[in-house]
Amino acid sequence: MTAASGDGVHPPYDWPAYGSTRWRAPRRPLAVLPENLTETTGPLLGAERVGEWDHDLTRQHGGEPIGPRIIVHGRVVDGDGRAVPATLVEVWQANAAGRYRHPGDERPSAPLDPNFSGAGRTVTDADGRYRFVTIRPGAYPWKNHANAWRPAHIHFSVFGRAFTQRLVTQMYFPDDPLFPYDPIFGSVPEAARPRLVARFDLDATEPEWALAFRWDIVLRGRGATPFETPGP
Amino acid sequence: MTAPLTPAQTIGPFLSIGLTWPDGPSVVDPAASGALRLGGRLLDGQGEPVADGLIETWQAGPDGRFPEPGGPARQAFRGFGRCLTAADGSWEVVTLKPGPLPAPGGATEAPHVDVSVFARGLLHRLVTRIYFADEAAANAADPVLRSLPDDAARATLVAPAVAGGYRLDIHLQGPRETVFFVA
Repeated sequence: MTAASGDGVHPPYDWPAYGSTRWRAPRRPLAVLPENLTETTGPLLGAERVGEWDHDLTRQHGGEPIGPRIIVHGRVVDGDGRAVPATLVEVWQANAAGRYRHPGDERPSAPLDPNFSGAGRTVTDADGRYRFVTIRPGAYPWKNHANAWRPAHIHFSVFGRAFTQRLVTQMYFPDDPLFPYDPIFGSVPEAARPRLVARFDLDATEPEWALAFRWDIVLRGRGATPFETPGP
Repeated sequence: MTAPLTPAQTIGPFLSIGLTWPDGPSVVDPAASGALRLGGRLLDGQGEPVADGLIETWQAGPDGRFPEPGGPARQAFRGFGRCLTAADGSWEVVTLKPGPLPAPGGATEAPHVDVSVFARGLLHRLVTRIYFADEAAANAADPVLRSLPDDAARATLVAPAVAGGYRLDIHLQGPRETVFFVA
């Protein structure tokens, strides 16, 4: 058994239904790393890494991308319920046709959109809030198994304030009919799967402009600093 | 109050769209005094290169201190490195050698770099550490290395010195599988 399984939150590394795990999942038991200085600190990357239009994936080119415009917003908090302010949030996604702007995605059946790169960045505010404007990504086929399709999703990368809080994950949309067939979504313990699904948010929906989805991200608690940290 | 944690998902094969930073590998200015290259290859259980992976590093500076937000030290030394793996599985950051760090109980941790490994096929990040082979005495006293079962396990975390820096391959699986920690 690998130790990531059984915590009730994260997927196991060894998950045969997802074929790419076969030669990449470690086979030996994981060791335990104490939470010392390198683990309780982390890169405090912020606004200096974010450009003017990085938060709006619909305004990064001369024209507007094809597809339903959406607002994706939420809060980044830690496991103790505290806001995680001023932390970098990076996203990337397929376009409305389910095509990534990437040399590894060459399917002629789904077109590229000249007005959509599919990458965004922002930093959380003092209350841990983030907000992106983008288009709703399409589902897309992959070769994991016969007639395999990924449910529509947006990739998220979040730092938090400590090395132990680093999280890369995917946000899904409500009621996707592909959920029961996707081994990546299904790798998460069943009780935790709803935490990967955004909820429709009428209050944040902007009339005659864009539907909104809210997705909160909960990182590990930072824990108590085990001993005094060096002064500045 | 506790909130239920958000589960991890794989970084997938298209990570370069969102996570490419031109300055990602520069933990410090390559022209800085003491700058060295730290790198290696990321290999799967068949010994094949992982060409769609991401390595991130986090470490103290030579004085054992971590960059402060907004402080001048942060401009010179970011402490954090990020490098996409190349077609041959290779990655490399330019950094400074970290100093030793105090640990609970009066122990001292040997100079080390914390590493996150992301890739298609990894449903959650892997966490490992890199130590430095020319710190033999410090490594022998390091509480984390000492907690590992044997010398073969310890050796997977210790990077030999090479010209201009240090190199260590990360083996996701197989007879030389790297020691990974609970993430």
